[in-house]
Amino acid sequence: MRAGFSCPHHQVDPGTFVTTTIAAPSSLAGSQRPPGLITDRIVRAVVFVAGAVVLVILALIAYTMINEALPAFRSEGWSYFTSDVWDPAHSKYGTLAFTFGTVLVSGIALVLAVPVSIGIALFTTEVAPRWLRKPVTYLVDLLAAVPSVVFGLWGLLVLAPALPGFYQGWHDLFSGVPVLGSLFDGQPIAQRSFMTAGIVLAVMVTPIITSVARETFATVPQSQKDAAHALGATRWEMIRAAVLPHSRGGLTAGILIGLGRALGETIAVALVIGSSPQISGKLFGSGDAAASVIALQWGEASDGTYRAALIGLGVVLFAVTLVVGVAARAIVARADRNAGGTA
Amino acid sequence: MTYTMPRPSITRSSASPWRQTKSAVMTASLVLALVVAVVPLVLIILYVISKGWASVNAPGWFTADIPIFSRAVGPGMGPAITGTLMITGAATAMAVPLGVLGGIYLNEYSAASRYGNVIRFFADVMTGVPSIVMGLFVYVIWVLSFGLSAFAGALALGCLMLPIVIRTSEEMLKLVPRELRESAYALGGRKAGTIVRVVLPAAAPGIISGALLAVARAAGETAPLLFTIGFVNQANSDLLHDPNTALSTQIFKNAISVFPGQVSRAWGAALTLIGIVFVFTILSRIASSFLSRKHQS
Repeated sequence: MRAGFSCPHHQVDPGTFVTTTIAAPSSLAGSQRPPGLITDRIVRAVVFVAGAVVLVILALIAYTMINEALPAFRSEGWSYFTSDVWDPAHSKYGTLAFTFGTVLVSGIALVLAVPVSIGIALFTTEVAPRWLRKPVTYLVDLLAAVPSVVFGLWGLLVLAPALPGFYQGWHDLFSGVPVLGSLFDGQPIAQRSFMTAGIVLAVMVTPIITSVARETFATVPQSQKDAAHALGATRWEMIRAAVLPHSRGGLTAGILIGLGRALGETIAVALVIGSSPQISGKLFGSGDAAASVIALQWGEASDGTYRAALIGLGVVLFAVTLVVGVAARAIVARADRNAGGTA
Repeated sequence: MTYTMPRPSITRSSASPWRQTKSAVMTASLVLALVVAVVPLVLIILYVISKGWASVNAPGWFTADIPIFSRAVGPGMGPAITGTLMITGAATAMAVPLGVLGGIYLNEYSAASRYGNVIRFFADVMTGVPSIVMGLFVYVIWVLSFGLSAFAGALALGCLMLPIVIRTSEEMLKLVPRELRESAYALGGRKAGTIVRVVLPAAAPGIISGALLAVARAAGETAPLLFTIGFVNQANSDLLHDPNTALSTQIFKNAISVFPGQVSRAWGAALTLIGIVFVFTILSRIASSFLSRKHQS
């Protein structure tokens, strides 16, 4: 129900007008064009444009980068994606080895980081005493604040030299086993390898997945947890029966957000992956990943097609992270709707 | 008159020992997960401090030029420090006002409209775009025409910061109670005036906190700067022209060096950069604690 005078405010919830029906300010009711209307319109236009900048930038990224990468896509055709021969000296630009490396390294990172992240999030929401929750949250967030190049520096100069002994041990342990034997191999076992990059990435995505998981667990209704306890569940049984099923959507989204970060991480991976493009399942051998190739070879890439091929890798990264991001947000939106519907 | 009713035991006495053990083991593994994540954090910080301390303490670290000769030992990271501050500052000047305005649009003008939802969705998606893509993008639209400069780096970092600022501003504006706006309207305030004089001041600590967090994230970025600012050893105070340098790109270049002088400069630069980033992170915490105090009172 609207008030008797023309309302100057745009898109305000009708509920807010209940009070204004009692007494309309006479100064507003009388004048044809209330003072400040122009300012209101201008402000509205300005903030609208500011919001639209996001869409403009995303569209520009897609358009300009595809445009700039076209020479490489044209000269290589489909083999840009399907060939693993990357030989700039002979103008061969096949990126399959890099895509493979990116996927493998991100996979390792998720396998390592997801259980740890869920564990930390469960610890903060279900186990830790109240006074401990904030410090733990700050500590994990501090990990997210460390710049990626510092992770790379530490990974290259401290972690990588310490790992081959450990890798050798795993290799010896599993050398006879069919699948694991070739997985835990390097030929030769290298300091800088898929595995080293995966470990560094795992440390970097842990705080991201943790914070999403923490927020998800916090939305589990207390009544459901109480119900599980009342039925005689132990703490772990309560977590499995009440917390985890309720959080499936949020956790999936968190993992996807972490995956997006891992796929696009450049500098830390560039420093510890070893830079030898090869498609191999040997985790302890060196490899290469899409984002790090762009960073490492940019300086050498003087001729047009070489540079276009590197920008093309950027286009691939953009497209993949866009798909992952859209999927993650869509899951979050659905989870939000479901939570809103049942609450 | 003794009242001796025993307290009913509703604790886990009924669970079998096996189930209790399992629960205890799983609880312990949750604690272990925390330890697993905290160990690298502590290790990294300790290493960076112990390896970088000597470099940072040498006289002239913050002011001297970076040695041109790779073999040279000793300090000089001045150009990179001014470069990082300049680039991050320019990025902040561009992204924060625009981002706050965008946040205002999302929360105050289009809370549930379809167009608002589209922008909100893509702002979220944009936070997930890899930083290296932003660097390549700015290379294509700016550097190809105008050359390498600190400003180009600031554009790339600004693109990274923008969606973060938009979303945190929106979240903070959402916390401002509706009664506050209604009181302002009841007093005859118009929408724009109400936002500027009532809503924004109430949300200011949270918005500042979010902006500082975005600054901290941008200051540590390397990949977007590789294609946009170039690499120099002397300070360049011109924002718009000629190549510049930053702490993060210096760490990247010096990390792979075989000369001990350069490697120790990389550690020193890492310590300086972590210092800058942590200062912004802590400032952000302080700002957000102002917010929670405001809401309690």
